[in-house]
Amino acid sequence: MSLIRRKFDALIIGAGGGGLRAALQLSRADANVAVVSKVFPTRSHTVAAQGGVNAALANVLPDNWHWHMFDTVKGSDYLGDQDAIEYMCRVAPKLVYELEHYGVPFSRLDNGKIYQRAFGGQSQNFGEKQAARTCAAADRTGHAMLHALYQQNIRAKTHFFDEYFATDIIKNEDGVVLGAIIVSIQTGEAMLIEARTTLLATGGAGQIYRTNSNALINTGDGLGMVLRADIPLQDMEFVQFHPTGIAGIGMLITEGCRGEGGYLVNGDGERFMERYAPNAKDLASRDVVSRSIFLEVKEGRGCGPEKDYVLLKLDHLGADTIMKRLPGIRQSCITFLGIDPIKEPIPVYPTCHYFMGGIPTNRKGEVVMPVKDTPEETVPGLYAAGECACVSVHGANRLGGNSLLDIIVFGRAAANEMISYMKENQYRLPMDEKAVEKAMDRLHRWDRKGKGETVDGLKDDLKKVMEDYCGVYRTQELLDQGVIEMKKIRERLPNVYIEDFSRTFNTARIEALELENLVDVAMCTVVAAAARQESRGAHSRVDYPDRDDQKWMKHSLYFKKDDRMDYKPVRTKPLTVESFPPKERVY
Amino acid sequence: MKFNIFRFNPETDTKPYIQSYELPGVNPEMMLLDAILTLKKKDPTLGFRKSCREGVCGSDGMNVNGVNRLACVTRLSELSDPIELRPLPGLPVIRDLIIDMEQFYKQYRAVKPYLIGSEPEPEVERLQTPKQRELLDGLYECILCGCCSTACPSFWWNPDKFLGPAALLQASRFIEDSRDEATVERLEQLDDAYKLYRCHTIMNCVQVCPKELNPTKAIGRIKERMVQKKL
Repeated sequence: MSLIRRKFDALIIGAGGGGLRAALQLSRADANVAVVSKVFPTRSHTVAAQGGVNAALANVLPDNWHWHMFDTVKGSDYLGDQDAIEYMCRVAPKLVYELEHYGVPFSRLDNGKIYQRAFGGQSQNFGEKQAARTCAAADRTGHAMLHALYQQNIRAKTHFFDEYFATDIIKNEDGVVLGAIIVSIQTGEAMLIEARTTLLATGGAGQIYRTNSNALINTGDGLGMVLRADIPLQDMEFVQFHPTGIAGIGMLITEGCRGEGGYLVNGDGERFMERYAPNAKDLASRDVVSRSIFLEVKEGRGCGPEKDYVLLKLDHLGADTIMKRLPGIRQSCITFLGIDPIKEPIPVYPTCHYFMGGIPTNRKGEVVMPVKDTPEETVPGLYAAGECACVSVHGANRLGGNSLLDIIVFGRAAANEMISYMKENQYRLPMDEKAVEKAMDRLHRWDRKGKGETVDGLKDDLKKVMEDYCGVYRTQELLDQGVIEMKKIRERLPNVYIEDFSRTFNTARIEALELENLVDVAMCTVVAAAARQESRGAHSRVDYPDRDDQKWMKHSLYFKKDDRMDYKPVRTKPLTVESFPPKERVY
Repeated sequence: MKFNIFRFNPETDTKPYIQSYELPGVNPEMMLLDAILTLKKKDPTLGFRKSCREGVCGSDGMNVNGVNRLACVTRLSELSDPIELRPLPGLPVIRDLIIDMEQFYKQYRAVKPYLIGSEPEPEVERLQTPKQRELLDGLYECILCGCCSTACPSFWWNPDKFLGPAALLQASRFIEDSRDEATVERLEQLDDAYKLYRCHTIMNCVQVCPKELNPTKAIGRIKERMVQKKL
């Protein structure tokens, strides 16, 4: 079968906020850009983001980017790179104003300015009073942003490949990335996109856990592609469990609920966060609140017949606030729980939500990896942005409202870097046909007929392993066993077969391709977690309860080959201001 | 519980057929999407779109017992047994419950769903009062699931000429936005026997919208604006 070939200047894989922000920048710069997405763009997971996007606009309370920077460094448990964090916090207001200009229907204050709400881990004046930094469109900010960004791309006439699944990036022997193989989900046809620059913006991989807040499409496809191309993943042991998922289901209840004045209570009716975080209380960082809920339940102070969750109280806020500021949450509670939060509290429990780790990049969005003695050599032609990337601005724990910011800041930055790379590298390199062949072989593996395990069977077992061995609280014993269990899962992968070989919209085949990515991402997460012998941010070790800056203030790098770990230093030097040295982290 | 599901694979079937599945002892409090996912474990060839599981991405619109709905926010207990699942009506079927939505997206793009302005952008946000912003409530929340347009007889008859409720809701979203400066052009573009005026206020769109939006009301607002403009 001959392979269809198309040529573009820039290829963007993923059409969430990061991919679309980058596409817009490139289209406006007259680059010939292709956006490939396995779902219609507005169905990308950015659409589910609720609470808002952080920027120090100071519309409600005094604020400035430097305070935002401090909070983000502290929130990251000092694993964030301070150059990238400074860049993000400085540029945030400009880019949020830009979103407003794109048409995002932000909620408004009486004076007509963008509404901002309080979120976890935010402070004024470097750790003092609570700040209000999160710009919101009710509790549908992600939806509002994603649709506006898609609409701007319609206007800019960006070229979309909707419902195409990217299987592998193509890298030549010199390590230059030349594009990717994609498959039309509708026709089953494979296509080679030859591109001078390729941006991965494929989002997270929450589907490696049974209970998660993520869409079913969040299967870490970009992460898998990168690992297969012998590029490492960074800081993958840091998985954020959002404190308030709907108990038993995992769907997200925004931190904005607590930002608007809601609070958590345990089975004794006690407002327990006052004990764990006397100052910030319910608006402590997410890792802190998740651990507190976990402990309350573990120590028998949960709510409900099984005492396996806590309650989020909103009923004191009044119908007006809830209808105006949290209408989507109310709708979700009514649909999924039959509960109206105006009258009744919401049963919540931590849910897998976000990957702080991902594809290592610098603050310009270039993918970087160690080559010989250089810890951060760029991979020419390859870029990453958004949740799939690890810049790292989130370090060991991301602050609420910083992910919608991350996607627009680094989607744009990566696009700018792609534009200048293309100016300097005007000529297309010849295609590496061997690499293309290898990628096609991998794809054809699913045409193999035979009897063995099912995709769903292995996926369910994988999720169970991750939940049992690599959850909120971790120990060496659990994690070592987790590595063994995950290796067993990985060994079973070649024995998985599909039964559907049709070409037309073959979802069974797409799910099989996704499964390969899930296996690689889960493996990498548990190996990285077993290696890190300290507690930092979202990575909580019962056997190593303290942060160990001496030994572990460093980024981890996982290579698929031999499941090898390597490390590189944290960038503690900001661009223009003084560094924030590591301090004890209390809220 | 019994499920009768529309099946069609263009590679093997000359015409569509209904396939029956049983889910014995299924929890009636389960969402329809979870039930279909369970069926798919038994029969991986069953085709449908899905993503967010919570009614915000708009992937899993389908016709359930004769009504267009999102499977992920529909509880089994709301439905009578047997449950009949068909693709959203009026657009070409690609396979099973998956339809080709291109015509729907084309009409969406046709209304220029983005802010248009000629004034230079300020360095900060453009101001908008809470009252002006309130006009967008009930308009901007659309998730493009297609439930409304594919429930509309006028759209079934003229999917190429009548814009349909979803696109018109979107048109209204920009007409009502105080920051948009192209109201006159937008209204002129819509002033057409088909594009707008094929809406006969049948209101199927209102009945089926999973986000409880009201496209008929939005269309009414556009018509009012049209009259005001002519006066």
